[in-house]
Amino acid sequence: MSAATGDTTAAAAMAPEHYRVDAPETVIDVRHLTKSFGGRKVVDDVSMSVRKGRIHGFLGPNGSGKTTTIRMLCGLLTPDSGNGTCLGFDILTESDRIRRRVGYMTQKFSLYQDLSIRENLEFVARVYGLPDARGKAGAAIERLGLKGREKQLAGELSGGWKQRLALGACILPEPALLLLDEPTAGVDPKARREFWNEIHALAADGLSVLVSTHYMDEAERCHEIAYIAYGRLLAQGTVDEVIAGTGLVTWTVSGPDVHHLQSELEKVEGIEMIAPFGTSLHVAGRDPEALERAIAPYRDRPGFAWAKGEPTLEDAFIDLMRRSEDNFQ
Amino acid sequence: MTSTTAGGNGNGGSFGRFWAMTIKEFIQMTRDRITLATMVGLPIMQLFLFGFAINTTPHDLPTAILMRENTDVGRSIVAALKNTDFFEIRTVVTRAEDMDELLKSGRALFVVEIPEGFERALRRGETPSLLVAADATDPVASSSALGALSGIVTSALANDRQIEFSEPSKPAFSIVQHRRYNPAGSSTLNIVPGLLGTILTMTLLIFTALSVTREVERGTMENLLSMPIKPLEIMLGKIAPYVLIGLVQALLIISAGFFVFRVPILGDPLSLVAATALFVVTNLSIGYTFSTIAANQLQAMQMAMMFFLPNILLSGFMFPFAGMPGWAQWIGEALPLTHYIRIVRAVMLKGADIGTLAYDTAALAALMAVAMLIAVRRFRRTLD
Repeated sequence: MSAATGDTTAAAAMAPEHYRVDAPETVIDVRHLTKSFGGRKVVDDVSMSVRKGRIHGFLGPNGSGKTTTIRMLCGLLTPDSGNGTCLGFDILTESDRIRRRVGYMTQKFSLYQDLSIRENLEFVARVYGLPDARGKAGAAIERLGLKGREKQLAGELSGGWKQRLALGACILPEPALLLLDEPTAGVDPKARREFWNEIHALAADGLSVLVSTHYMDEAERCHEIAYIAYGRLLAQGTVDEVIAGTGLVTWTVSGPDVHHLQSELEKVEGIEMIAPFGTSLHVAGRDPEALERAIAPYRDRPGFAWAKGEPTLEDAFIDLMRRSEDNFQ
Repeated sequence: MTSTTAGGNGNGGSFGRFWAMTIKEFIQMTRDRITLATMVGLPIMQLFLFGFAINTTPHDLPTAILMRENTDVGRSIVAALKNTDFFEIRTVVTRAEDMDELLKSGRALFVVEIPEGFERALRRGETPSLLVAADATDPVASSSALGALSGIVTSALANDRQIEFSEPSKPAFSIVQHRRYNPAGSSTLNIVPGLLGTILTMTLLIFTALSVTREVERGTMENLLSMPIKPLEIMLGKIAPYVLIGLVQALLIISAGFFVFRVPILGDPLSLVAATALFVVTNLSIGYTFSTIAANQLQAMQMAMMFFLPNILLSGFMFPFAGMPGWAQWIGEALPLTHYIRIVRAVMLKGADIGTLAYDTAALAALMAVAMLIAVRRFRRTLD
C-alpha cells in the first residue's frame, strides 16, 4: 500500500508562531499502534504524523478505527502495542500532560445537558485551572455568539449549537492540539461551513487539528488526510497525493441512461471502478491502455459523451476501500 | 499516573479541580428538583411513618386471664390491668386448655395466669408465681408489656387489698415468664436514633451509587476522562455536595426526634455532628465505590440495596446485636450503621461523647478509608 507522506510546505509556512510556540513541530508522531477488542483488531499497525498548525483529516468508513485511534492519542485508551508521542509527550506514560494540552471533542455531545451553557464552560475552565473561570467563560460565550442565552441548558440547544458549544469548550483551555471526532455529523451545511471557517482560523493561529469525518468536501478542506479502513491506514498525504497514490485513470461519461450503461460496464475487463455521479459515471482503472481498450466499444454509442477526467478524492477512497476489502477475502 | 503537577499551571491545582467538580455536582443536584425534594421530604416522612408506626411501647394488647382461683386478689389484678393502656382484657377463663386455644387463634397475645392458692401464698409471704404466657410471634410487643406487668400488679395489690409486706426489700410475688422469644427491650427513644442511621444510609448510598454510572450512561464520562482531573478529585468533588445534604437530613431527623418524639440529646451535640459527618462521608464513599464497580445504574442500585439490607438486619437496629451469632457480629462490625447506631444511642441517650466512643469512631473512619481506596483504585481512567 502506497501511503504517501506528503510534503506540504505552503501551509506550514503560513502558520504563525503565536502563543502555541511551545508545541513541537510534529504534534502527533505515533508508530505501529494496535488495539484489539474481544480478539478483533480494531486498529492494526497504524503509524501517523501530524505537523504543527496543520489540519489533518482522518477518513474512513464507520467502524474503521478512527475513534479508537483518536482515543489512543489522548490517553483514553491504551494501545496493545505501538508507541509514540502526542505534543512531544509519550502517549503511554505521560497522558496527564497530554490531557492538559489536548482538546478532545467527542463524537456524541458530552457536555452536561443539565448544566447551562455558562456552567458547562465554567466547569471546563475550573478543571483546567484557568485563572478567572467566570471571565473566561463569559469571553467564550461572547465569541460563540451565545450572549443572552448563557443560562440556557446545554441539553436544550439544537445540534448545530451543541457542536459550537462543544468546540468552544474544547478550545477554552487553549490547547495546542484539537482532536475532533466527527464534529459535523448531523449538522446543517451552513453550520458546517462556519465550523470549518473556525477550524481554519484556529489552525492559522498555530493550533493543530486532527479531525475525523465522512464528508469528502470536508476532507478537501484539510491540509493533509489519512484514510483508514478495517483498522489499517491505507493512505496518507495531501488530497492530491492520495489521489495520485491510487494510480487511477478516470473517464467521465454522461448521457441519458447511465445506470443501464453501468451494469453493462461492470462486466468489462480493464475497468476497476465505476461510480455514478448524478447523470454521469466515473469509470476508472489503473492501467490507462487497458481502460481505453475496455471503453472503446461504448464510446461511439449515441447520446453518451465521454471525457477523460481527473479522479476525485471519492474515487480514490472507493478504490482504496474496495481493494482493502479484496485483501480481506 | 503518578505525576500530580502535570499541567497545573492555573489557580488552585488539585483543589481547584476538586472544587470545579463540587460546583458542577452541586448545580446538577439542585437542578434535579424532584430528587432534591425527595432528599428533604423523604427522611421526615420516613421518620414520622416509622417513628409512630414502630412504637414498641404497645397498648391495648389483647389479653386473657386464666383464673385458677376466684379471689379478691385475682379480681383486683384484673381490674388493675384493665385500667392501663397496655392490656385489653378480652376474656377471663378458668381452664388451661382455653388459654392454649386463645393464644393459638390469636385472640389473645398475652395470658396472665393466676394460679391456685396465689392469694393464700401471698398473704403468707411465700412469693408465689404469677404465670404469663405471651404470643411468640409478636415478641417485641409482649416484651415491654411484661416489663409493665410487675409494677401494675404490685400497685394493684398495695392499693386495693392493703397487703402489707413483711420485708419491704423482698417482692411479694414473682412473675414467671413463658416466652418462646426474648428480644432486648426497646422503645421509641431507641427507634429514632436507629432510624436516623437507617434513613441516612439508604438515601446517601443511592446518591453516590449512581454518580459515576450516570456519567458513563449519559456519555459525559468520555469528556471528563479526557480532562486533566484525577480520580481522587472526581470522587471528592462528587461526594462533597452530598455531605451537606446528609447533614441537613440528619439535622431534620434529629430535630423532629427532639421536638416530636421527645428523644433527648443528653450528650455533646458537637460529638453527634462530628459522628454524623463521618458516617455520612463513609456511606457516600461506599456508594461511590459501588458506582465505580457497577456497569450501569441498575447494577449500582442493586449493589446499594444488597448492602442496605444487612445494614438494617445486622447492625443492631432491628435485632439486638448481642443476640447474633459470632459470624453475624463480625459482619455487623464491618457495617457503618452498626457503629453509628452505637454512637448515636450512646450520645443521645446515655450522654456519652465521641471521646469515649473511640472504637466505633475509628471503625467508621477505617471503613471510609477502605471504601475510598477501593473507589480510587477501581476508577478507570481509560475506556479500555
